[in-house]
Amino acid sequence: MKPVPEPTGSLAVSMAVNGRAVERTVDSRRLLADLLRDDLRLTGTHLGCEHGVCGACTVLVDGQPVRSCLMLAVQADGCEVTTVEGITPEDGLSPMQQAFKDHHGLQCGFCTPGFLMTLAGVEPEDHPDEESVRELLAGNLCRCTGYEGIVDAVMAAWDRSG
Amino acid sequence: MKPPLFRYARPDSIDGVLRLLAEHGGGARVLAGGQSLVPLLNFRLARPDVLVDIAMVDELSRITIGGGGLRIGASVTQRAAETSDDVARHCPLLSKALPLVGHLQNRARGTVVGSIAHADPSAELPAVALVLDATMAVRSATAERIIPAGEFFLGPFTTALEPDEMLAEVRFPTETTARTAIEEIAPRSGDFAIAGLAGRLTTTGGGRVRDAALALFGVGSVPQRLPEVERLLEGEEVTSEMLAEVAHITRTTARSGSEDIHADAAYRARVAGELTRRVVEEMAA
Repeated sequence: MKPVPEPTGSLAVSMAVNGRAVERTVDSRRLLADLLRDDLRLTGTHLGCEHGVCGACTVLVDGQPVRSCLMLAVQADGCEVTTVEGITPEDGLSPMQQAFKDHHGLQCGFCTPGFLMTLAGVEPEDHPDEESVRELLAGNLCRCTGYEGIVDAVMAAWDRSG
Repeated sequence: MKPPLFRYARPDSIDGVLRLLAEHGGGARVLAGGQSLVPLLNFRLARPDVLVDIAMVDELSRITIGGGGLRIGASVTQRAAETSDDVARHCPLLSKALPLVGHLQNRARGTVVGSIAHADPSAELPAVALVLDATMAVRSATAERIIPAGEFFLGPFTTALEPDEMLAEVRFPTETTARTAIEEIAPRSGDFAIAGLAGRLTTTGGGRVRDAALALFGVGSVPQRLPEVERLLEGEEVTSEMLAEVAHITRTTARSGSEDIHADAAYRARVAGELTRRVVEEMAA
Protein backbone atom coordinates (compact mmCIF):
# COMPACT_ATOMS: atom_id res chain seq x y z
CA MET A 1 0.00 0.00 0.00
CA LYS A 2 1.09 3.52 -0.74
CA PRO A 3 2.03 5.64 2.28
CA VAL A 4 -0.71 7.99 3.36
CA PRO A 5 0.30 11.67 3.50
CA GLU A 6 0.84 12.85 7.06
CA PRO A 7 -1.66 15.58 8.02
CA THR A 8 0.19 18.85 8.27
CA GLY A 9 -0.27 22.33 9.72
CA SER A 10 1.24 24.05 6.72
CA LEU A 11 1.85 23.24 3.10
CA ALA A 12 3.88 24.56 0.16
CA VAL A 13 1.51 25.63 -2.60
CA SER A 14 1.94 27.09 -6.04
CA MET A 15 -0.69 28.84 -8.09
CA ALA A 16 -1.05 31.49 -10.75
CA VAL A 17 -2.57 34.71 -9.44
CA ASN A 18 -3.53 37.18 -12.15
CA GLY A 19 -1.15 35.36 -14.46
CA ARG A 20 1.83 35.49 -12.11
CA ALA A 21 3.32 32.39 -10.54
CA VAL A 22 3.03 32.42 -6.75
CA GLU A 23 4.81 29.96 -4.50
CA ARG A 24 4.22 30.13 -0.77
CA THR A 25 4.15 27.96 2.29
CA VAL A 26 0.79 28.61 3.89
CA ASP A 27 -0.90 27.49 7.09
CA SER A 28 -3.45 24.78 6.39
CA ARG A 29 -6.16 26.96 7.91
CA ARG A 30 -5.32 30.03 5.80
CA LEU A 31 -8.28 31.17 3.72
CA LEU A 32 -7.64 31.95 0.07
CA ALA A 33 -9.03 35.45 0.73
CA ASP A 34 -6.41 36.06 3.41
CA LEU A 35 -3.61 34.76 1.22
CA LEU A 36 -4.68 37.21 -1.47
CA ARG A 37 -5.18 40.19 0.78
CA ASP A 38 -2.56 39.83 3.51
CA ASP A 39 0.24 37.86 1.86
CA LEU A 40 -0.04 39.09 -1.73
CA ARG A 41 -1.44 42.54 -0.84
CA LEU A 42 -4.21 42.18 -3.40
CA THR A 43 -6.65 44.12 -1.29
CA GLY A 44 -9.24 44.59 -4.00
CA THR A 45 -10.79 41.33 -2.81
CA HIS A 46 -12.99 42.36 0.11
CA LEU A 47 -14.09 40.28 3.07
CA GLY A 48 -17.59 40.99 4.29
CA CYS A 49 -19.41 38.18 6.03
CA GLU A 50 -16.75 35.45 5.93
CA HIS A 51 -19.34 32.74 5.67
CA GLY A 52 -20.26 32.74 2.03
CA VAL A 53 -23.35 34.95 1.99
CA CYS A 54 -22.32 38.44 0.89
CA GLY A 55 -20.16 37.69 -2.16
CA ALA A 56 -17.70 40.56 -1.61
CA CYS A 57 -14.77 38.12 -1.69
CA THR A 58 -15.71 36.56 -5.04
CA VAL A 59 -12.70 35.68 -7.22
CA LEU A 60 -12.24 33.39 -10.20
CA VAL A 61 -10.62 30.01 -9.62
CA ASP A 62 -9.89 28.26 -12.90
CA GLY A 63 -12.32 30.67 -14.51
CA GLN A 64 -15.27 30.06 -12.19
CA PRO A 65 -16.55 32.60 -9.66
CA VAL A 66 -16.10 31.27 -6.12
CA ARG A 67 -16.18 32.58 -2.56
CA SER A 68 -12.57 33.08 -1.51
CA CYS A 69 -13.69 33.11 2.15
CA LEU A 70 -14.97 29.54 1.77
CA MET A 71 -11.87 28.15 0.14
CA LEU A 72 -8.65 27.27 1.87
CA ALA A 73 -5.48 28.53 0.24
CA VAL A 74 -4.23 24.92 0.14
CA GLN A 75 -7.27 24.01 -1.96
CA ALA A 76 -6.16 26.50 -4.59
CA ASP A 77 -2.84 24.71 -5.03
CA GLY A 78 -2.24 24.32 -8.76
CA CYS A 79 -5.11 26.62 -9.72
CA GLU A 80 -5.38 29.84 -11.69
CA VAL A 81 -6.78 32.59 -9.51
CA THR A 82 -8.03 35.91 -10.86
CA THR A 83 -8.87 38.88 -8.64
CA VAL A 84 -10.36 42.26 -9.48
CA GLU A 85 -6.82 43.57 -9.98
CA GLY A 86 -6.43 41.00 -12.75
CA ILE A 87 -9.41 42.24 -14.76
CA THR A 88 -8.59 45.94 -14.40
CA PRO A 89 -6.68 47.58 -17.26
CA GLU A 90 -3.37 49.32 -16.53
CA ASP A 91 -5.02 52.59 -17.43
CA GLY A 92 -8.67 53.42 -17.04
CA LEU A 93 -11.52 51.02 -16.49
CA SER A 94 -12.85 47.89 -18.13
CA PRO A 95 -16.16 48.29 -19.99
CA MET A 96 -18.06 46.73 -17.07
CA GLN A 97 -16.28 48.93 -14.54
CA GLN A 98 -17.07 51.99 -16.67
CA ALA A 99 -20.71 50.91 -16.87
CA PHE A 100 -20.90 50.63 -13.07
CA LYS A 101 -19.54 54.17 -12.85
CA ASP A 102 -21.88 55.53 -15.52
CA HIS A 103 -25.02 53.92 -14.11
CA HIS A 104 -24.48 54.53 -10.40
CA GLY A 105 -23.75 50.85 -9.86
CA LEU A 106 -21.79 51.66 -6.72
CA GLN A 107 -21.76 54.07 -3.85
CA CYS A 108 -19.34 52.98 -1.12
CA GLY A 109 -17.78 50.41 -3.45
CA PHE A 110 -17.18 47.68 -0.88
CA CYS A 111 -19.24 45.09 -2.74
CA THR A 112 -18.14 46.15 -6.22
CA PRO A 113 -15.14 43.81 -6.71
CA GLY A 114 -17.35 40.85 -5.88
CA PHE A 115 -19.98 41.88 -8.42
CA LEU A 116 -17.31 42.46 -11.06
CA MET A 117 -15.75 39.05 -10.48
CA THR A 118 -19.08 37.25 -10.62
CA LEU A 119 -19.78 39.01 -13.91
CA ALA A 120 -16.28 38.24 -15.21
CA GLY A 121 -16.85 34.53 -14.66
CA VAL A 122 -20.04 34.04 -16.64
CA GLU A 123 -21.11 34.10 -20.26
CA PRO A 124 -23.54 36.96 -21.02
CA GLU A 125 -25.61 34.68 -23.28
CA ASP A 126 -26.36 32.44 -20.27
CA HIS A 127 -28.15 35.41 -18.71
CA PRO A 128 -30.17 36.76 -21.60
CA ASP A 129 -32.71 38.99 -19.86
CA GLU A 130 -33.06 41.23 -16.85
CA GLU A 131 -34.64 38.54 -14.70
CA SER A 132 -31.76 36.15 -15.28
CA VAL A 133 -29.27 38.96 -14.60
CA ARG A 134 -30.99 39.63 -11.28
CA GLU A 135 -30.88 35.91 -10.49
CA LEU A 136 -27.16 35.86 -11.28
CA LEU A 137 -26.51 38.85 -9.02
CA ALA A 138 -28.45 37.35 -6.10
CA GLY A 139 -25.21 35.89 -4.79
CA ASN A 140 -23.74 39.34 -4.19
CA LEU A 141 -25.14 41.76 -1.62
CA CYS A 142 -25.06 45.56 -1.96
CA ARG A 143 -26.31 47.81 0.84
CA CYS A 144 -26.04 51.13 -0.99
CA THR A 145 -27.54 51.03 -4.43
CA GLY A 146 -30.74 49.03 -4.14
CA TYR A 147 -29.36 47.09 -7.11
CA GLU A 148 -31.14 49.13 -9.79
CA GLY A 149 -27.95 50.87 -10.88
CA ILE A 150 -26.04 47.60 -10.89
CA VAL A 151 -28.62 45.90 -13.08
CA ASP A 152 -28.64 48.94 -15.40
CA ALA A 153 -24.84 48.77 -15.62
CA VAL A 154 -24.85 45.09 -16.56
CA MET A 155 -27.60 45.56 -19.13
CA ALA A 156 -25.66 48.43 -20.69
CA ALA A 157 -22.28 46.66 -20.63
CA TRP A 158 -23.86 43.63 -22.26
CA ASP A 159 -25.55 45.82 -24.91
CA ARG A 160 -29.08 45.21 -23.75
CA SER A 161 -31.74 47.84 -24.01
CA GLY A 162 -33.19 48.40 -20.55
CA MET B 1 -14.25 34.42 11.68
CA LYS B 2 -11.18 32.41 10.73
CA PRO B 3 -10.82 28.63 10.89
CA PRO B 4 -9.27 27.15 14.02
CA LEU B 5 -5.97 25.30 13.79
CA PHE B 6 -6.19 21.94 12.10
CA ARG B 7 -3.94 19.65 10.14
CA TYR B 8 -4.63 18.94 6.49
CA ALA B 9 -3.98 15.98 4.25
CA ARG B 10 -4.72 15.43 0.60
CA PRO B 11 -4.39 11.73 -0.28
CA ASP B 12 -4.61 10.78 -3.96
CA SER B 13 -6.51 7.53 -3.40
CA ILE B 14 -9.75 6.60 -1.71
CA ASP B 15 -7.77 4.06 0.26
CA GLY B 16 -5.64 6.87 1.67
CA VAL B 17 -8.74 8.88 2.63
CA LEU B 18 -10.28 5.91 4.40
CA ARG B 19 -7.09 5.05 6.27
CA LEU B 20 -6.84 8.61 7.58
CA LEU B 21 -10.48 8.48 8.69
CA ALA B 22 -9.80 5.16 10.43
CA GLU B 23 -6.75 6.58 12.15
CA HIS B 24 -8.30 9.86 13.31
CA GLY B 25 -11.94 8.78 13.71
CA GLY B 26 -14.18 11.50 15.09
CA GLY B 27 -11.32 14.02 14.98
CA ALA B 28 -11.23 13.94 11.19
CA ARG B 29 -13.62 15.49 8.70
CA VAL B 30 -13.82 14.95 4.98
CA LEU B 31 -13.36 18.17 2.99
CA ALA B 32 -14.98 18.19 -0.44
CA GLY B 33 -16.12 21.61 -1.72
CA GLY B 34 -16.12 23.19 1.73
CA GLN B 35 -19.26 25.26 1.17
CA SER B 36 -20.83 23.94 4.38
CA LEU B 37 -17.73 22.88 6.31
CA VAL B 38 -15.66 26.06 5.88
CA PRO B 39 -18.44 28.31 7.26
CA LEU B 40 -18.63 25.95 10.25
CA LEU B 41 -14.86 26.28 10.64
CA ASN B 42 -15.01 30.07 10.29
CA PHE B 43 -17.68 30.20 13.00
CA ARG B 44 -15.68 27.61 14.97
CA LEU B 45 -18.76 25.46 15.24
CA ALA B 46 -16.56 22.65 13.91
CA ARG B 47 -13.09 22.06 15.33
CA PRO B 48 -11.67 19.02 13.60
CA ASP B 49 -8.09 17.92 14.28
CA VAL B 50 -7.62 16.77 10.71
CA LEU B 51 -9.23 17.71 7.40
CA VAL B 52 -9.01 15.06 4.72
CA ASP B 53 -9.33 16.74 1.32
CA ILE B 54 -10.71 14.38 -1.34
CA ALA B 55 -9.99 16.66 -4.31
CA MET B 56 -7.06 14.57 -5.56
CA VAL B 57 -8.96 11.27 -5.63
CA ASP B 58 -9.81 10.70 -9.29
CA GLU B 59 -12.32 7.93 -8.74
CA LEU B 60 -14.53 10.21 -6.62
CA SER B 61 -14.74 12.87 -9.32
CA ARG B 62 -16.95 11.05 -11.80
CA ILE B 63 -20.54 10.99 -12.95
CA THR B 64 -21.27 7.54 -14.33
CA ILE B 65 -24.27 5.60 -15.57
CA GLY B 66 -24.24 2.01 -14.46
CA GLY B 67 -25.33 -0.43 -11.80
CA GLY B 68 -27.63 1.42 -9.44
CA GLY B 69 -28.42 4.19 -11.89
CA LEU B 70 -26.79 7.60 -12.11
CA ARG B 71 -23.77 7.50 -9.82
CA ILE B 72 -22.30 10.73 -8.52
CA GLY B 73 -18.91 10.62 -6.82
CA ALA B 74 -18.12 12.53 -3.67
CA SER B 75 -16.10 15.31 -5.28
CA VAL B 76 -18.43 16.08 -8.21
CA THR B 77 -19.39 19.72 -7.88
CA GLN B 78 -22.98 20.87 -8.00
CA ARG B 79 -22.12 23.02 -10.99
CA ALA B 80 -20.67 20.03 -12.86
CA ALA B 81 -23.84 18.04 -12.18
CA GLU B 82 -26.05 21.02 -13.09
CA THR B 83 -24.41 21.29 -16.51
CA SER B 84 -24.12 17.53 -17.13
CA ASP B 85 -26.08 16.08 -20.04
CA ASP B 86 -26.12 12.70 -18.31
CA VAL B 87 -27.77 14.18 -15.24
CA ALA B 88 -30.31 16.07 -17.36
CA ARG B 89 -31.17 12.93 -19.31
CA HIS B 90 -31.18 10.32 -16.57
CA CYS B 91 -32.17 12.27 -13.48
CA PRO B 92 -34.16 15.36 -14.50
CA LEU B 93 -35.28 16.11 -10.96
CA LEU B 94 -31.68 16.53 -9.85
CA SER B 95 -31.12 18.91 -12.78
CA LYS B 96 -34.16 20.94 -11.73
CA ALA B 97 -33.07 21.03 -8.08
CA LEU B 98 -29.46 22.09 -8.54
CA PRO B 99 -30.10 25.71 -9.64
CA LEU B 100 -31.92 26.16 -6.32
CA VAL B 101 -28.86 25.15 -4.29
CA GLY B 102 -27.09 28.23 -2.92
CA HIS B 103 -25.69 30.64 -5.47
CA LEU B 104 -23.62 30.08 -8.60
CA GLN B 105 -20.44 30.83 -6.61
CA ASN B 106 -21.30 28.15 -4.05
CA ARG B 107 -22.22 25.57 -6.65
CA ALA B 108 -18.87 26.04 -8.38
CA ARG B 109 -17.21 24.48 -5.32
CA GLY B 110 -19.97 22.70 -3.38
CA THR B 111 -20.58 19.05 -4.12
CA VAL B 112 -23.77 17.04 -4.59
CA VAL B 113 -22.63 14.33 -2.19
CA GLY B 114 -21.30 16.82 0.37
CA SER B 115 -24.68 18.54 0.59
CA ILE B 116 -26.36 15.19 1.19
CA ALA B 117 -23.79 14.15 3.81
CA HIS B 118 -24.14 17.53 5.53
CA ALA B 119 -27.89 16.86 5.98
CA ASP B 120 -29.05 20.41 6.49
CA PRO B 121 -32.83 20.16 7.10
CA SER B 122 -33.40 23.05 4.67
CA ALA B 123 -31.29 21.66 1.85
CA GLU B 124 -32.75 20.56 -1.48
CA LEU B 125 -30.53 17.60 -2.37
CA PRO B 126 -31.30 15.38 0.64
CA ALA B 127 -35.00 15.67 -0.28
CA VAL B 128 -34.23 14.82 -3.90
CA ALA B 129 -32.33 11.73 -2.74
CA LEU B 130 -35.24 10.76 -0.51
CA VAL B 131 -37.98 11.19 -3.10
CA LEU B 132 -36.06 9.24 -5.74
CA ASP B 133 -35.12 6.42 -3.34
CA ALA B 134 -31.43 7.06 -3.97
CA THR B 135 -28.89 4.86 -2.25
CA MET B 136 -25.80 5.90 -0.37
CA ALA B 137 -22.56 4.04 -1.09
CA VAL B 138 -20.68 4.32 2.19
CA ARG B 139 -17.10 3.20 2.69
CA SER B 140 -14.68 2.75 5.53
CA ALA B 141 -11.19 1.25 5.58
CA THR B 142 -12.68 -2.13 6.45
CA ALA B 143 -16.18 -2.27 4.97
CA GLU B 144 -18.56 -0.99 2.35
CA ARG B 145 -22.29 -0.70 2.82
CA ILE B 146 -25.30 0.66 1.00
CA ILE B 147 -27.78 2.78 2.93
CA PRO B 148 -31.18 3.68 1.43
CA ALA B 149 -31.92 7.42 1.55
CA GLY B 150 -34.90 6.67 3.78
CA GLU B 151 -32.56 5.40 6.51
CA PHE B 152 -29.77 7.91 6.05
CA PHE B 153 -31.06 11.16 7.54
CA LEU B 154 -31.36 10.83 11.32
CA GLY B 155 -31.64 14.44 12.47
CA PRO B 156 -30.47 17.96 11.70
CA PHE B 157 -26.93 17.64 10.34
CA THR B 158 -26.93 14.02 11.51
CA THR B 159 -26.74 10.95 9.29
CA ALA B 160 -26.17 7.22 9.61
CA LEU B 161 -22.48 7.70 8.79
CA GLU B 162 -20.00 6.47 11.41
CA PRO B 163 -16.94 8.64 12.20
CA ASP B 164 -14.61 6.41 10.19
CA GLU B 165 -16.95 6.27 7.18
CA MET B 166 -17.35 8.50 4.18
CA LEU B 167 -20.19 8.87 1.71
CA ALA B 168 -18.28 7.89 -1.41
CA GLU B 169 -21.07 8.00 -3.95
CA VAL B 170 -24.80 8.62 -4.24
CA ARG B 171 -26.75 6.51 -6.72
CA PHE B 172 -29.93 7.96 -8.18
CA PRO B 173 -32.26 5.53 -9.97
CA THR B 174 -32.49 6.66 -13.57
CA GLU B 175 -35.81 8.21 -14.52
CA THR B 176 -37.43 8.00 -17.89
CA THR B 177 -41.20 8.00 -17.55
CA ALA B 178 -41.83 9.72 -14.24
CA ARG B 179 -42.83 13.35 -14.03
CA THR B 180 -40.91 15.33 -11.47
CA ALA B 181 -40.99 18.79 -9.97
CA ILE B 182 -39.42 20.81 -7.18
CA GLU B 183 -40.61 24.07 -5.70
CA GLU B 184 -39.42 26.10 -2.74
CA ILE B 185 -40.15 29.33 -0.96
CA ALA B 186 -37.10 31.29 0.21
CA PRO B 187 -36.70 34.91 1.32
CA ARG B 188 -34.37 35.53 -1.64
CA SER B 189 -33.14 33.46 -4.53
CA GLY B 190 -30.30 31.26 -3.28
CA ASP B 191 -31.22 31.49 0.40
CA PHE B 192 -32.13 28.45 2.41
CA ALA B 193 -35.76 27.55 1.87
CA ILE B 194 -38.47 28.22 4.43
CA ALA B 195 -40.07 25.15 2.92
CA GLY B 196 -39.62 23.16 -0.24
CA LEU B 197 -41.06 20.08 -1.86
CA ALA B 198 -39.67 17.62 -4.38
CA GLY B 199 -42.02 15.25 -6.18
CA ARG B 200 -42.08 12.30 -8.52
CA LEU B 201 -45.23 10.95 -10.13
CA THR B 202 -46.18 8.37 -12.74
CA THR B 203 -49.55 8.15 -14.43
CA THR B 204 -51.64 5.46 -16.06
CA GLY B 205 -52.81 5.83 -19.62
CA GLY B 206 -56.17 6.98 -18.33
CA GLY B 207 -54.88 10.10 -16.63
CA ARG B 208 -54.82 8.60 -13.17
CA VAL B 209 -51.88 8.59 -10.81
CA ARG B 210 -50.08 5.26 -10.75
CA ASP B 211 -47.74 6.16 -7.93
CA ALA B 212 -46.49 9.32 -6.30
CA ALA B 213 -43.61 10.25 -4.05
CA LEU B 214 -43.20 13.58 -2.26
CA ALA B 215 -40.38 14.79 -0.02
CA LEU B 216 -40.66 17.93 2.05
CA PHE B 217 -37.68 19.92 3.27
CA GLY B 218 -37.15 22.92 5.55
CA VAL B 219 -40.13 22.08 7.73
CA GLY B 220 -38.98 19.31 10.08
CA SER B 221 -35.61 18.23 11.42
CA VAL B 222 -35.01 15.92 8.45
CA PRO B 223 -36.42 15.76 4.92
CA GLN B 224 -39.65 13.79 5.10
CA ARG B 225 -41.82 11.79 2.75
CA LEU B 226 -45.55 12.46 2.86
CA PRO B 227 -47.05 8.95 2.94
CA GLU B 228 -50.65 10.04 3.54
CA VAL B 229 -50.59 12.28 0.49
CA GLU B 230 -48.80 9.68 -1.63
CA ARG B 231 -51.40 7.01 -0.75
CA LEU B 232 -54.32 9.33 -1.36
CA LEU B 233 -53.10 10.16 -4.85
CA GLU B 234 -52.56 6.60 -6.00
CA GLY B 235 -55.16 5.49 -8.51
CA GLU B 236 -56.90 8.86 -8.49
CA GLU B 237 -57.27 11.75 -10.89
CA VAL B 238 -55.72 15.05 -9.93
CA THR B 239 -58.75 17.31 -9.72
CA SER B 240 -59.01 20.70 -8.06
CA GLU B 241 -60.73 18.99 -5.10
CA MET B 242 -57.80 16.58 -4.87
CA LEU B 243 -55.32 19.45 -4.91
CA ALA B 244 -57.14 21.14 -2.03
CA GLU B 245 -57.18 17.85 -0.15
CA VAL B 246 -53.45 17.13 -0.55
CA ALA B 247 -52.61 20.69 0.56
CA HIS B 248 -54.75 20.21 3.66
CA ILE B 249 -53.19 16.84 4.50
CA THR B 250 -49.65 18.16 4.21
CA ARG B 251 -50.51 21.18 6.33
CA THR B 252 -51.96 19.03 9.08
CA THR B 253 -49.70 15.96 9.02
CA ALA B 254 -46.19 17.15 8.17
CA ARG B 255 -43.80 16.85 11.07
CA SER B 256 -42.70 20.39 11.76
CA GLY B 257 -40.34 21.90 14.27
CA SER B 258 -38.08 24.20 12.30
CA GLU B 259 -38.51 27.77 13.44
CA ASP B 260 -36.36 30.81 12.88
CA ILE B 261 -36.53 34.55 12.32
CA HIS B 262 -38.05 34.02 8.86
CA ALA B 263 -40.92 31.69 9.71
CA ASP B 264 -42.50 29.86 12.63
CA ALA B 265 -43.63 26.24 12.49
CA ALA B 266 -47.26 27.06 11.67
CA TYR B 267 -46.28 29.25 8.73
CA ARG B 268 -43.90 26.61 7.39
CA ALA B 269 -46.73 24.06 7.53
CA ARG B 270 -49.00 26.39 5.55
CA VAL B 271 -46.27 26.96 2.98
CA ALA B 272 -45.74 23.19 2.77
CA GLY B 273 -49.43 22.69 2.05
CA GLU B 274 -49.40 25.23 -0.74
CA LEU B 275 -46.22 23.74 -2.21
CA THR B 276 -47.87 20.31 -2.24
CA ARG B 277 -50.72 21.73 -4.28
CA ARG B 278 -48.32 23.40 -6.70
CA VAL B 279 -45.96 20.46 -7.15
CA VAL B 280 -48.74 17.88 -7.64
CA GLU B 281 -50.54 20.18 -10.06
CA GLU B 282 -47.35 20.76 -12.03
CA MET B 283 -46.61 17.03 -12.25
CA ALA B 284 -50.16 16.13 -13.27
CA ALA B 285 -50.40 18.83 -15.93
